[in-house]
Amino acid sequence: MAELWRSYGLPTTITVAEIVAIIVPLLLAVAYLTYAERKVLAAAQLRKGPNVVGPFGLFQPLADGLKLLMKETVIPSGANRVVFIAAPIITFMLSLVAWAVIPFDAGVVLANINVGILYLFAISSLGVYGIIMAGWSSNSRYAFLGGLRSAAQMVSYEVSIGFVIVSVLLIVGSLNLSDIVEAQKTVWFALPLFPMFIVFFISGLAETNRSPFDLPEGESELVAGFFVEYSSMTFALFYLGEYANMILMSAMTSILFLGGWLAPFNIQPFTGVLAHLWAAAWFFAKMAFVLFCFLWMRATMPRFRYDQLMRLGWKVFLPLSLFWLAATAAFLVFTGKLGA
Amino acid sequence: MDSLLREYLPILIFIGVAFGLSVVIVLASFILVRQRPDSEKLSPYECGFPPFSDARAKFDVRFYLVSLLFIIFDLEVAFLFPWAVALGKIGVFGFWSMMVFLGVLTVGFIYEWKTGALEWE
Repeated sequence: MAELWRSYGLPTTITVAEIVAIIVPLLLAVAYLTYAERKVLAAAQLRKGPNVVGPFGLFQPLADGLKLLMKETVIPSGANRVVFIAAPIITFMLSLVAWAVIPFDAGVVLANINVGILYLFAISSLGVYGIIMAGWSSNSRYAFLGGLRSAAQMVSYEVSIGFVIVSVLLIVGSLNLSDIVEAQKTVWFALPLFPMFIVFFISGLAETNRSPFDLPEGESELVAGFFVEYSSMTFALFYLGEYANMILMSAMTSILFLGGWLAPFNIQPFTGVLAHLWAAAWFFAKMAFVLFCFLWMRATMPRFRYDQLMRLGWKVFLPLSLFWLAATAAFLVFTGKLGA
Repeated sequence: MDSLLREYLPILIFIGVAFGLSVVIVLASFILVRQRPDSEKLSPYECGFPPFSDARAKFDVRFYLVSLLFIIFDLEVAFLFPWAVALGKIGVFGFWSMMVFLGVLTVGFIYEWKTGALEWE
């Protein structure tokens, strides 16, 4: 029994503790991202934003969560009950599990697998299932249209995200996320791959259904898109999932293009535990910057029309990223700069 | 346990924990709050009147086209992943092989563009 505990029980317990140490701060970050969004939007429109619940309105996300928890879960009569309940669960689950491979510092990662970026790509591709299932199972016109639009939009931008990721991989020569960050010791990839960085950022907005690509929600035409029939905690799961995906997208942007946990010019004033905190602080600062850009976009840009959205995805980003990928490969091969 | 399993086990546990958490969150509101459904509350939302027909009606064929195109290009990306990692070893020959493959796909893409598969007016 003791033997069994030492070889299986203890490692599993440690892993579960590590998972909790990722999920709890992540959920807090999600809660305060919604708060930050309302504050940023308010500031952009010269309003105050939430300021009643607690000091500076800091307890507003908790109050919102409690309110949603105390609501009745409505399952429409025409809906497919199992699929209807499964959809938010899948969406939320996928937005969490992607964090298993995100490195917060050299060696500080739950599962340092060799194919980290492929895993992230796979998980973000699966995200479309939750939306399709929600849109179809609700058996409501708005939800159906919203689900279709959302699915078509997400798969369209998935392709250019794939090409952008491959052009980063060409330079690194590894699918491991820690290797990708370490390869940016000399220069962050945002500089040599600047157009790809922009394509990735904008595709990230489209992939997470954020403004100016928030057509699936389109509250003036589709009410709330694919989750119009959802209420209470099933709605909250979609909401949390959407914001967790935003945070994930900002983490991917900082790992692929902004040097992850690396400080600019490799400044390293600390040793020991402080060095880890220093590195993680840089990672979080970069994520916060990208997230602020997400919110900034929402405050600034009007919503795209659907034909503009599709044209941008298929006729601009796809050829551009494909061309840049080929150009990167050609440059690396014919100048003999390939690392491997 | 072999090393491969040891690498992927945390992910499996993570999926389990995330699934458990989502189910608990959904169940919590079912248990905590009194459910009082009635037929008006459970009817699909459609601006105040009952829906005329089933929502799963015909929809635009272009959504199919987009998903077909997506499958082609996503498969292409799947091919590119191992190629990008191995390019240092396969060198110039590997580079030109992939360029021929991409060229063929680009011809197909130009054809789709010309026939109007990407038009959403």
